[in-house]
Amino acid sequence: MGQIIVMTSGKGGVGKTTSSAAFATGFALRGHKTVVIDFDVGLRNLDLIMGCERRVVFDFINIINGEAKLHQALIKDKKVENLYILPTSQTRDKDALTKEGVEKVMEELRKEFEFIICDSPAGIEKGALMALYFADQAIIVTNPEVSSVRDSDRILGMLAARSRRAELGLEPVVEHLLLTRYDPYRVERGEMLNVDDVLEILAIPLLGVIPESKEVLRASNVGMPIILDDESNAGQAYADAVGRFLGEDIEHRFIKPQKRGLFARLFGRM
Amino acid sequence: MRIFDFFRPSKPKETVTSAHHAKERLQIVMAHERAGRDAPDFLPLLQKELLEVIAKYVDVDQNRVEVKLDRNNDFSTLEVNIELPSSKKGEPLRIKASTSREPASKDKPKEKEAVA
Repeated sequence: MGQIIVMTSGKGGVGKTTSSAAFATGFALRGHKTVVIDFDVGLRNLDLIMGCERRVVFDFINIINGEAKLHQALIKDKKVENLYILPTSQTRDKDALTKEGVEKVMEELRKEFEFIICDSPAGIEKGALMALYFADQAIIVTNPEVSSVRDSDRILGMLAARSRRAELGLEPVVEHLLLTRYDPYRVERGEMLNVDDVLEILAIPLLGVIPESKEVLRASNVGMPIILDDESNAGQAYADAVGRFLGEDIEHRFIKPQKRGLFARLFGRM
Repeated sequence: MRIFDFFRPSKPKETVTSAHHAKERLQIVMAHERAGRDAPDFLPLLQKELLEVIAKYVDVDQNRVEVKLDRNNDFSTLEVNIELPSSKKGEPLRIKASTSREPASKDKPKEKEAVA
């Protein structure tokens, strides 16, 4: 039976879709058959980040409504083996997500995939609730910034009270913190919350710290998940986080400012 | 100025940084919100029903109702002060209903009614 993982945050723009694409690709690269689902009905974007926007025929909502078969809607990634994308509808709204409909799709996916990543929309409305409802594990994507941290706490409350596991009194959803857009230089200058502050406030285990990186925008421009850019700090940080998720003991990197040479210090931040 | 910065040890200028403020503010606001998360949902309903019961017997002016909720670490107090129109000539009649509750699930609201 596959594991259902929700990528959630409450706040928008913190990197849920970027992280969903990175984790899905990371799992697949390590040989785990993975599907990533876009739950942001009406605001489809995962397809762009995964670079498969021109191959969408049927979507998640078509399957829920019985208008297409699951295998007709699943898009097989062209670059990475074992990786599938289930895009959402661009024309309908969140009401198209019914609990029964989503459950049926989840049960079917569980039989075939090791990891099912649910890319949640922002907010705490129906779309976000449906994305987290069936989760076994949750990756809370947070920026080191007050509104994001507060919203993450709110989402943790929802996971504890309104997920399927909570309602049925099963083992609670396993929570992981993914701190994104972290700028060690600003943290050092006291301009940004540091990783320990956020951990102390949210009190959930740290899965990874993804440094702020220009390469993330570049990767999204070309529709390539950032984890495939193994030269970039962000890509490497995601690869580490995937490893940790799979139980490997990997030291955190990119939390401290990197030592800069004489040249770099004289001519500005590199 | 970078060439001069180079020779200076990089120290944060402010002693209390903005990140420190951020952390403090978050800790305070989130302590309140977490407490509110498992706050009793029945309180507004209890208050409404109490008023309805009283309204059955006396004419209550909704504007003369005062509701106060005090949250402490170990217990919360809900105080409902209802001013009643005077039944006797002159002095107004007051009914005070208050409920105290223990934290968590063992809520056993005790109701006190006193006619002053």
